[in-house]
Amino acid sequence: MTGFDKPHLLGIEELSPVEITTLLDRADVHAEAERGSRDHGQPLKGLTQINMFFENSTRTQASFEIAGKRLGADVMNMAMQTSSVKKGETLIDTALTLNAMHPDLLVVRHPHSGAVKLLADKVNCAVLNAGDGRHEHPTQALLDALTIRRAKGRLHRLNIAICGDIAHSRVARSNILLLGKMESRIRLIGPPTLMPAGVADWGVEVFDDMETGLEGCDVVMMLRLQKERMDGAFIPSEREYYHRYGLDAEKLRVAKDDAIVMHPGPMNRGVEIDGVLADDINRSVIQEQVEMGVAVRMAAMELLAENLRVRRAAA
Amino acid sequence: MTNALLHNARLIDPEAGTETLGWVRIEDGKIAEIGEGTRAGGIDCRGSCLGPGLVDVGVKVGEPGERHKEGFGTAGQAAAAGGVTTMVTRPDTATAIDTPEILEFVARRAKERSAVRVAPMAALTMGREGREMVEIAFLRDAGAVAFSDGDHVVSNPKVLSRCMTYARSLGALIVGHPQDPVLSDGAAVTSGKFASLKGLPAVSPMAERMGLERDLALAEMTGVAYHADQISTAAALPALTRAKAAGLNVTAGVSIHHLTLNEFDVGEYRTFFKLKPPLRSEEDRKAMVEAVRDGTIDLICSMHTPQDEESKRLPFEVAASGAVGLETLLPAALRLFHSGDLSLPDLFRAMALNPAKRFGLNGGRLSVGAPADLVLFDPDAPFVLDRATLRSKSKNTPFDLARMQGRVLRTWVGGQSVFEVKA
Repeated sequence: MTGFDKPHLLGIEELSPVEITTLLDRADVHAEAERGSRDHGQPLKGLTQINMFFENSTRTQASFEIAGKRLGADVMNMAMQTSSVKKGETLIDTALTLNAMHPDLLVVRHPHSGAVKLLADKVNCAVLNAGDGRHEHPTQALLDALTIRRAKGRLHRLNIAICGDIAHSRVARSNILLLGKMESRIRLIGPPTLMPAGVADWGVEVFDDMETGLEGCDVVMMLRLQKERMDGAFIPSEREYYHRYGLDAEKLRVAKDDAIVMHPGPMNRGVEIDGVLADDINRSVIQEQVEMGVAVRMAAMELLAENLRVRRAAA
Repeated sequence: MTNALLHNARLIDPEAGTETLGWVRIEDGKIAEIGEGTRAGGIDCRGSCLGPGLVDVGVKVGEPGERHKEGFGTAGQAAAAGGVTTMVTRPDTATAIDTPEILEFVARRAKERSAVRVAPMAALTMGREGREMVEIAFLRDAGAVAFSDGDHVVSNPKVLSRCMTYARSLGALIVGHPQDPVLSDGAAVTSGKFASLKGLPAVSPMAERMGLERDLALAEMTGVAYHADQISTAAALPALTRAKAAGLNVTAGVSIHHLTLNEFDVGEYRTFFKLKPPLRSEEDRKAMVEAVRDGTIDLICSMHTPQDEESKRLPFEVAASGAVGLETLLPAALRLFHSGDLSLPDLFRAMALNPAKRFGLNGGRLSVGAPADLVLFDPDAPFVLDRATLRSKSKNTPFDLARMQGRVLRTWVGGQSVFEVKA
């Protein structure tokens, strides 16, 4: 037993603190190898990894592709938006068709919440959720956690602020779940129009202004504000949003002196974050987040592949 | 055989609100005589319950247009097996039932195929598009018992008020779907902690109250007879209570699913639990049970909505809404009896007497002169529901593999036996 025996990585909700720690420990090993020898020992050699992205993505798809290739997998990218889906094929049929080609690792992003689980139920390979609707984005939460752990030395008893469009963010959901499981205190900061209903029952503190919300924080996570939310329906304007919720050095002053600044990317400089702050190597860990993304995806695929081999040997 | 004697039965009389051991004599398809105690001869009911057949308001049959989902034959069999002796059918078919010609087609198909009575509703506006009103008088003459655009809410209050004014002059009943159409657009579940954690598009329960308040205001303005198809939230109840106290000609229904399930039943995106309106909180569910008990809500229906497998085997937010319910209406309702919330006469008041009265039908009663539309059931018989055994062409029930208590043993329509459990 490795401490992680799940067949799929569908969400943080189903993971225990031990499983999260196992994933992060393994990712740390890959992160060090990436910075040093670049030798990961080809643990995915002979396995086929298919990236199925039903929603546009450059960064996450590239990160999964690089992670797979550096571990020796044969990686294939399927552009789902231009494929059979357009011809009316249902998600389940697509899954069954792919399954018949015997892939080993399936990395899926889909615009609908729950769709990745629906697909995972129909295939007999390992499925990784690369983001489903507004539901979960587990590898993002894991890479954020790894980044925090490396910067702060721990994941418990930290004050972590998540700021911006919480309502539409799967990144926020997965992070809230993960950091809650690891016993950190979470504050959500944003305009009430971008807060999900029922958020008061999530075991978090909710603020609608940055000045009080950021006070004494160890970590400040900014979220991307989607362009389509800026049209006056959720917030009056981009400039008012930046004035009230855009992170800059001035607003950050109330946080702890050594607070780190995070962003899942891609950033809107001058909307949710000040460009200079984003590039401040003393505060911003945004580049390290990208780096840890590859390491976390390596760890997740490696552990799932180990479990897959065990299951197949038993079958 | 339209003459029979049924004896040794627990008679459920929703008018008197009583349960008594007795017998019923049927003559020429009508209840000819009812008595207490024992009487020899005829069919021995062995102490099981005998009540008036259920009148289920809002049954969707896929004719015309969606016969692959359900037809009058399969719906009729499901109804008979569920103790439903009259289906008040919905007009939200593919081509809506909006002309007397289509209604005549429906009536003919129903007559040829259905084992139970069918009382059709017609659309309120042409194509259910909320612009021009249908020929309400012609349709009523052709047999329409009520007028409704179903879940296509007539969003223009001017159109709706004219429909209501016109309908009032004819004494026609209008059935509304109380839901603000803009606020609820695209929603798959009720907003709250669960919806947010699952990342599903959600609607505030307030959208129902908004829709209801508007409809009630127009009902007050026009004096029309108005029935709200489904009330599912506590927030909507005060408006209903107020309207009734003010003497408006207003009634309301609730689906059996909103009385026995809540939002958490959706679980891991189980699309058979995707309904319209969506399942609500447990507090709302309890409030609905109480509203049925105190009469604020008049009737319970199944909102039978057959959907094929393909339209349910999709991600939750794009999957079709609705559940079949004809065959599970009574067993599910008996959960409320076994939980001590509602008595058997209470249940039959809400599922037989009140719907028959409201829709102008001559059934729903266990009294001399009423049609011999009857259901014999064992309220205690336990079983595990297997959706494959359902008689509906579509099997989209949220009660698959659920433990149920209470089985229909036999059903009569006009004294004719239309369903009997094989011993």
